[in-house]
Amino acid sequence: MYRSYVMVCSGQTCGNTLSDRIAEEFEVQIKLAGLRQEVQVLRGGCLGICGSGPNVAVFPEGTLYSHVKLEDVAELVAEHLLKGKKVNRLLYDENEATNTVRSLSETAFYKKQMRVALRNCGVINPRSIEEYIARDGYAALEKALTRMTPDEVVETVLASGLRGRGGAGFPTGLKWKFASGNRGNVQKYVCCNADEGDPGAFMDRSVLEGDPHTVIEAMAVAAYAIGADTGYVYVRAEYPVAVKHLTLAIEQAKSAGLLGKNIFGTDFSFNLHIKLGAGAFVCGEETALMTSIEGKRGEPHPRPPFPAVKGLFESPTILNNVETLANICPIILNGAEWFSAMGSEKSKGTKVFALGGKIKNTGLVEVPMGTTLREIVEEIGGGIPNGKAFKAAQTGGPSGGCIPASLIDIPIDYDNLLSIGTMMGSGGLIVMDEDTCMVDIAKFFLEFTVEESCGKCTPCRVGTKRLLELLNKITDGRGTMEDLDRIEELAAFIKSNSLCGLGQTAPNPVLSTLRYFRDEYVEHIVHRHCPAGVCRELLQYTIDPVKCHGCTACARACPAHAIVGSPKNPHTIDTAKCIKCGGCIEKCRFDAISRH
Amino acid sequence: MKSEKTKIKSLGDLQRVRTRTLPQLDPAEGGHPRVVVGLATCGIAAGAQGVYDALQTELQQQKMQDVLLLPTGCIGICQFEPVVEVFIPGQPKTTYVRVTPEKAVRIVDQHLKGGNPVAEFTIGARQ
Repeated sequence: MYRSYVMVCSGQTCGNTLSDRIAEEFEVQIKLAGLRQEVQVLRGGCLGICGSGPNVAVFPEGTLYSHVKLEDVAELVAEHLLKGKKVNRLLYDENEATNTVRSLSETAFYKKQMRVALRNCGVINPRSIEEYIARDGYAALEKALTRMTPDEVVETVLASGLRGRGGAGFPTGLKWKFASGNRGNVQKYVCCNADEGDPGAFMDRSVLEGDPHTVIEAMAVAAYAIGADTGYVYVRAEYPVAVKHLTLAIEQAKSAGLLGKNIFGTDFSFNLHIKLGAGAFVCGEETALMTSIEGKRGEPHPRPPFPAVKGLFESPTILNNVETLANICPIILNGAEWFSAMGSEKSKGTKVFALGGKIKNTGLVEVPMGTTLREIVEEIGGGIPNGKAFKAAQTGGPSGGCIPASLIDIPIDYDNLLSIGTMMGSGGLIVMDEDTCMVDIAKFFLEFTVEESCGKCTPCRVGTKRLLELLNKITDGRGTMEDLDRIEELAAFIKSNSLCGLGQTAPNPVLSTLRYFRDEYVEHIVHRHCPAGVCRELLQYTIDPVKCHGCTACARACPAHAIVGSPKNPHTIDTAKCIKCGGCIEKCRFDAISRH
Repeated sequence: MKSEKTKIKSLGDLQRVRTRTLPQLDPAEGGHPRVVVGLATCGIAAGAQGVYDALQTELQQQKMQDVLLLPTGCIGICQFEPVVEVFIPGQPKTTYVRVTPEKAVRIVDQHLKGGNPVAEFTIGARQ
């Protein structure tokens, strides 16, 4: 029995003369160190990472060294075997293993994910109904129509705990239940909200493009559950591929008899129409969306009456988001308990996020509810590029807020996000690093809502505009501490008095950044300084006279003629004339100009 | 893809379509290599249509009609688009990233025809 074993890979690729000599060298060095009775050298089979060979493994700890050279052996013996310290520079680097990680499924990005809504995206050919059927497509509709009563369908969705993935998180089953009364006696509608408008969000587009049949099937199930015979998908005209795939899928379903009259030989009939939206953000709001389908100007109206009572064409209507619908068929097929086993206590299932911003792996990820932000950012997202520090993440787009670095370990679900002043939103997740100015971010989202306010109600139309002016005052260096109070007062007023969700949530990015990054606002106001170096009006450009060679490149590039100096002598910037465009920094070859 | 002409009226009808289609979805059962290109908006924006066309042309020129070349949706790895995945019966799946029409030709020649995956184009090489 030995204390340690050194296994030198002698597989086909590594097993050349070099690895033999490495094994011999280990025997020599081990003898020299007086460890012959304690350590045995083995010539093992292939370790499976041939690209990194010659490989050496030390057991029982299982440490794996790669690219080991003859001259490294003495160090490995002295450090690892004698002192018990790992030699970091020789440790096997997982990421470098080009010969083992050949498929996406093996990457850290993919392994942490759980794909329910996206189960078919990137797997099947979205233009083939047959491939959809091969992956259990339309089996949920068959099950619902032939073996479940409408009430059982509603109860299953209710019991699953599925909540609306469009942002607010209202229980989907409850929505269906409210609309389920009086079946067969009144006209009812099922609508799909595919009016995805948050900057940086593309979850719904991906589902429609990659798996259009799942939305069609789920809408048919919903129609059966509430007793509707007609459905509308409200999708943006600026999603041409999604519209094309959906149109094709509807045609295929019709010709297969999966849409139309007497589906699966029952007396259930369902027809589906596509309604193209012109890309107004407000049309993602349910009452505005239905008004738009009716052919009128897309403006919201007060609730109640709720759509379940009086919706599209004044009929009871349910409206579900694309991702919500993408969860329906697996729930019907696998049962409510299967679904509610995933996620956190009050937020069941998974959530799709569009991961973007300052992150290594941008993309579309689906994780169980309750996954922490740290897992998403560091493990799936691969961390922040260029060694920068994580500062915050924005969720919920223009309706949401930010999660600061101090809360990175919070499990993400509907209720946790609300409790820290943001919201789930439809799933945009924008990561920000230390170079991001939080006042500027608040301004970015507010500019968006000012643009997109439909103008029907005054708190939203005028209020958001005034709020933006206050933020501009701060980033221009004209802000006062009283402005912060005014911002809070105005924000509260807009939230409580706006007609629809757009206005009611518009101040959230401002309030959230003010809550967690008040210091940054104060720094802008009191010291007229932007800590992240983003707000242009607050920047100062200076030339280091020691580094400046007087090459005149900056002076020639300056559009405001703010740089003065004679050739071969250090130049200076006239701050009164400087427009802070940064053109000089780009031209300077001596790194003499700084911005702070 | 041909649109489904026959009406689907029962679970048995669904089963028949499933049995008929599974081999093309799962090369382990079908025996035909399957190549999918991410042709969602993100892929197209990164040039995936050109990659798809190049694969199609090269497969035709090499007379490799048994290879199923198909579009698919978003695989979710934006910064790696265009993405091409190759499934060959009896082999693990290979994910090629940031594929260009030139790389596509090599994937056909070296991997699909020659049987050797092009390691330097795979996702592992780009991580």
